[in-house]
Amino acid sequence: MSLLSPQSIQRIDHEIAKYPADQKRSAVMSALRIAQEQHGWLPRELMASVAEHLELPAIAVFEVASFYEMYNLKPMGRHKLTVCTNVPCALSGADHFCESLKKKLGIGFNEVTADGEFSLKEGQCFGACGDAPVLLVNNHTMHSFMTEEKLDALLKELKS
Amino acid sequence: MTQVIMGGCDGENTWRLKDYVARGGYEALRKVLSGMTPDQVITEVKTSALRGRGGAGFPTGLKWTFMPKNYVGDKYVVCNSDEGEPGTFKDRDILRYNPHALIEGMIIAAFAMGATRGYNYIHGEIWSVYERCEEAIEEARSAGFLGNNILGSSFSFNLYNHHGYGAYICGEETALLESIEGKKGQPRYKPPFPATYGLYGKPTTINNTETFASVPWIIQHGGQAFLEIGRPNNGGSKMFSVSGHVNKPGNYEVPMGTPFATLLEMAGGMRDGRAIKAVIPGGSSMPVLPGHIMMQTDMDYDSIAKAGSMLGSGAVIVMDDTTCMVGMLERLAWFYHEESCGQCTPCREGTGWLYRIIHRIEHGQGRMEDLDLLLSLSDNIQGRTICALGDAAAMPVRSFVNHFRAEFEHHITHKRCLVGSAHSEKAA
Amino acid sequence: MALLNIEVDGQTTQVESGRTVMDAARQLGIKIPHFCYHRKLSIAANCRMCLVQVEKAPKPLPACATPAAEGMKVSTHSEYAVNAQKAVMEFLLVNHPLDCPICDQGGECKLQDMSVGYGGGASRFKEEKRVVANKDLGPLIATDMTRCILCTRCVRFGQEIAGIMELGVGGRGEHSEILAFVDQTVDSEISGNAIDLCPVGALTSKPFRYSARSWELTQHDSIGAHDGLGSNVVVQVKQNTKVMRVLPNNNDDVNECWLSDRDRFSYEGLNSADRLTTPLIKENGQWVEATWVEALQIVADAFNKIKDVQGADALGALVSPNSTLEELYLAQKLLRDLGSHHIDHRVRQSDFSLDAVQTNIPWLGLPVAQWPELKSCLIIGSSLRAEQPLLAVRLREAVRNGAQINLINPFVDDLAMPVAHQLVGTPSQLPGLLAEVLQAVAALQNVTVSAALQPLMSHAPSAVAQGIAESLVNNSSCALFLGCLAQHHEAYGTLYAVTVELARILKAPFGVLGEAANSVGAVLAGAVPHRGPLGTHNAPGLDAQAMLSSPRKAYLVMGLEPELDCANPAAALAALKGADFVVALSAFRGQTPNWASVILPVAPFTETAGTFISMEGRVQSFKGAVAPQGQARPAWKVLRVLGNLLELQGYDFESVDDIRAELSHDLKALTKNSLGNELAAAPALKVRASLGTIERIGEVPVYQTDALVRRSPSLQASRLGSTVEVQINSALASRLNLKCGQNVRVRQGQGVAHLVLRVNDAVPDGSARVPVGHPLTAQLNDANGVVSLEGAS
Ligand SMILES: Cc1cc2nc3c(=O)[nH]c(=O)nc-3n(C[C@H](O)[C@H](O)[C@H](O)COP(=O)(O)O)c2cc1C
Ligand code: SF4
Ligand code: FES
Repeated sequence: MSLLSPQSIQRIDHEIAKYPADQKRSAVMSALRIAQEQHGWLPRELMASVAEHLELPAIAVFEVASFYEMYNLKPMGRHKLTVCTNVPCALSGADHFCESLKKKLGIGFNEVTADGEFSLKEGQCFGACGDAPVLLVNNHTMHSFMTEEKLDALLKELKS
Repeated sequence: MTQVIMGGCDGENTWRLKDYVARGGYEALRKVLSGMTPDQVITEVKTSALRGRGGAGFPTGLKWTFMPKNYVGDKYVVCNSDEGEPGTFKDRDILRYNPHALIEGMIIAAFAMGATRGYNYIHGEIWSVYERCEEAIEEARSAGFLGNNILGSSFSFNLYNHHGYGAYICGEETALLESIEGKKGQPRYKPPFPATYGLYGKPTTINNTETFASVPWIIQHGGQAFLEIGRPNNGGSKMFSVSGHVNKPGNYEVPMGTPFATLLEMAGGMRDGRAIKAVIPGGSSMPVLPGHIMMQTDMDYDSIAKAGSMLGSGAVIVMDDTTCMVGMLERLAWFYHEESCGQCTPCREGTGWLYRIIHRIEHGQGRMEDLDLLLSLSDNIQGRTICALGDAAAMPVRSFVNHFRAEFEHHITHKRCLVGSAHSEKAA
Repeated sequence: MALLNIEVDGQTTQVESGRTVMDAARQLGIKIPHFCYHRKLSIAANCRMCLVQVEKAPKPLPACATPAAEGMKVSTHSEYAVNAQKAVMEFLLVNHPLDCPICDQGGECKLQDMSVGYGGGASRFKEEKRVVANKDLGPLIATDMTRCILCTRCVRFGQEIAGIMELGVGGRGEHSEILAFVDQTVDSEISGNAIDLCPVGALTSKPFRYSARSWELTQHDSIGAHDGLGSNVVVQVKQNTKVMRVLPNNNDDVNECWLSDRDRFSYEGLNSADRLTTPLIKENGQWVEATWVEALQIVADAFNKIKDVQGADALGALVSPNSTLEELYLAQKLLRDLGSHHIDHRVRQSDFSLDAVQTNIPWLGLPVAQWPELKSCLIIGSSLRAEQPLLAVRLREAVRNGAQINLINPFVDDLAMPVAHQLVGTPSQLPGLLAEVLQAVAALQNVTVSAALQPLMSHAPSAVAQGIAESLVNNSSCALFLGCLAQHHEAYGTLYAVTVELARILKAPFGVLGEAANSVGAVLAGAVPHRGPLGTHNAPGLDAQAMLSSPRKAYLVMGLEPELDCANPAAALAALKGADFVVALSAFRGQTPNWASVILPVAPFTETAGTFISMEGRVQSFKGAVAPQGQARPAWKVLRVLGNLLELQGYDFESVDDIRAELSHDLKALTKNSLGNELAAAPALKVRASLGTIERIGEVPVYQTDALVRRSPSLQASRLGSTVEVQINSALASRLNLKCGQNVRVRQGQGVAHLVLRVNDAVPDGSARVPVGHPLTAQLNDANGVVSLEGAS
């Protein structure tokens, strides 16, 4: 039984249509993303459902899910916060920003807050080095030129 | 100053088709479809001396001639918008503010090479940009610039966006193809090259976003005009992403050959007026150069090569005298270690080893012989891997150690930073 | 194809364009170190061990992936090349444990061998080594993943050779690891090959684990005993007494470098506690051990007595097709010398109508090595992966070369490769379905079907039948094969006759997939009722089925478990139990005490010399690898002594060679001349409408083919071995009000089997897959009969 919701399946099929008819497999990245949007992370059975829908061996789907950084193979906090700490960002305040973020959340990298609200991750280059410090919320919303004030406001907004 | 790509892109809705057309957009495509032959298009691009903006600087016109002409079946053009090279953030701005330049460039490229389908592979972390690109393609399709019988011609071409999900290696062109095919982004061994065996095994040409986006201008104004903006063998203007210790980090599109000092000035000069210590002129994979050398160097492929580095993707990372070079190299080494696809031995094992040694040095556990070991390992990685990530990991190590050896030695003997507490971010 | 001149280490050679530097070097006998390269797998070029110096190249290039070019000059052992190789070796060892003495691969490890040549003294790596969690891949493959060098041979094997991707590389970079999907095991029928492919000790044999070191083992060439392919194997023996492991022996014409798991792991059964090591006789209803002299005298006396009183016609013999040629020859010689022709090895067959019209020995029809060149084929009645695991590998290669595979089966079969057309019906529908293909082929070729087959030509061909016909007609090299399900089918003769006609029209080769190690040899040896050795025609005897339906007074049963191996276990047991005397020649005790009068312990194939003739007619003799256990003796010796005790003439064989010589001095030539699939005339056709009830699809599970395989605990514990279920489709399930996963009672005649139900729409409506050959279904009868199903708690 597929764990993908009808909406997810519809969205996945829209992605499948981008590729030649015999290359359904190409949609696996989008399919995993959509599945993750549906569920927050990618448990085994959900990956199996993606595999079934795309007629792929389950391990082939797992290979993809475990290769790309933005798939969550474990449960995450409701909001996954990723900060780029690579050199250009580090030169522009990312390290300092991370310290205060950790202090505010009371967790380190790769941890989840006790209330399950936030996970914190250290990211590689987002391709937005000019906007440092940059923070990504749940993979899809980027916040640029982060400051203490902007962070406080953001955390408050996300919590509510 | 002529801006090939971002010229006229000020304001809210520059990304919209309407705005783009008002700026003269899609005129190049009309020109192409109303009488140019594919060979004429390629000749124009060759004349322009446009070189790949993705990092390697390969002549674009020449690359396009590698596609088999009389191939029966699908051929592909693929755009590399997987910008993830630390320091590089120009393609994001092209996609954000001028996506139709890319779309038009890809259509023209497809026409020149007889491709029927295209994909634009967009970096994972810039989701809103992907959504915008989806809209832009939809606009172009509705307006008849994409699809069957474009602008009433016999030429048909379809274009789609493919969204990445977090893997630097997918910027490597064959890893990118694997990724579009729904696999892990692991580079392929070459030969065969994509022009013979590319996406789904079909002839494929991959170019960078900025490369494609330069094409409409070249067609509209002629290859010669493009060449003349820059220098011989270094045609056109180029977007430089300036980051680090400058007052106004951002993208600056300037003619090839602009002095670095000018570029630095445009970026607002050094932050807090501090002294310049070092610059990585072409993205994190390129050798770092001491600041004083950069101040004498012009921003084009050949000048930077002469200075001992590479223009790469045009990402200029500026570091002032408070910067701890050991700490910066540690961060870069961690990046390559994390981003190695893991396929081939020297890169998978070597990047981890490099990182661990540098990490030790940074944390006061270094040994003097480590420095030669770093250089030796870099030699053993470089040139022995499937793709150039191995080289990209080795080159910074070698250049950091060679140019700033004293700083590394200080770390080893004193178990702390030469720049001490002045190393602003770490200490804060 | 254009030939290129290339120079490697100063020697020149020519290779076809498209070949690599590695190919050129191999051709010259030059060894280039490598891990990821394997001649049967795609090129990965990931280990980088094969870096060589190529003139004018700016960097060292991997020999395995570098195409040869005209005039290319390569140095594989120059300082430049060796430096690159050494550097790679250093990287490989960085995270690899250096504890060869405790590694199960120690002594047969490519990394160990090479590091001796390359590893440079003290390690420059001072950091902590990576540790990778082990994986549970099931009962056959043990893992020590910290040793893995990520060459991906095992992954490519699954994708390319086994046809199913069960292993992959999870994670990336240094965190990469070989694994199966979460909680899954490796279940392919040829999974063990990954063990051989693994160049280090990451994947090893679980049954063999830590039981011996490679240098303690002696090697003995032998032949796989569980299907008709005749795989070449090496039996590895410890202290000359115990078989510890079986590995493939490379033979590109037969099994290449592969081995089925069945042939690889069945050796466990050799050391089973159920082995019979002394003769047993029944005294006052009790089984007691006896000497050979006592036991054999009892057998001789009983046979003599029954023959004298009831006539030789009262004697019958059922023999295993996995017996050696020499054993089969002697068994039939004994029976025939006593005056009976009632001997048969075809214990699973139920239709013998071909016996009257078949003059030669049925065989595969074309050599195995030619399978990959087929462009189209039709396989009728076969669960191919279970029956012929390595023929499926050959077909996969054919598919890669563009071949179309077509099937006619009583269920949709998953061949782990693309199948062009699959025609599916209940068992009773199969002849009709095949006839549709014939009809369509005849129409396409504009020929008329022979009159004898006209009664079958009723339906208009379905679209699928038409598709198959076109596939066969439009592809120059096609072939037709009848699998075991066809051979066991109640209308085998009819299926065969239609196939002959198809082959005639298509001018295509056709053949039968040999079920057992000696299916061809058994006919040649005369272990059939209608023909003596070498095809000499005698007065016909009773076939395997007739011997049970009109029971004999005495039986000789060799190498069989009749309650599992016969087409109708209930009938077999009834006949044996009703007989006055039954002698069992068996390696195992099993259920023999329930039906035998005397039980004689005989040696399995590893403990005797003998010959198998494969389904392609390959005559392969082998020697015993170990001495027979306990008092067990090779069956040929037992039969020889029995012949002497029965005072028959000509039983003075000193060795198996003598027996073979009596059969023929040139067995190879003889075999070649005896093979042939054509019929002298059409057999009596069987046309039957559907049984109207639930038809049993009685297939032999992959690990229930014979007594030895049944006694391999590891094979039985594997997923393929441990899954025993009845399968019906969802329509039938809902009519019967049964649910997937529930327990059901399967009834057939007087018998009942308790099985788990699996709803599987691959099974056609009106039929049920109920395995034969399994202890759980041994109470049932005819493999081709009807069954009823009901829910059980
Ligand atoms: C590790 C690695 C990362 C790369 N990342 C990018 C990238 O993010 N964007 C890009 O355009 N090219 C990148 N490249 C270069 C591409 O492989 C390729 O050369 C380029 O896309 C070709 O386009 P161009 O000729 O227009 O530059 C990368 C190469 C390597 C080896
Ligand atoms: S060099 Fe690194 S990233 Fe490139 S193929 Fe090898 S392991 Fe992968
Ligand atoms: S054998 Fe050539 S790279 Fe592994």
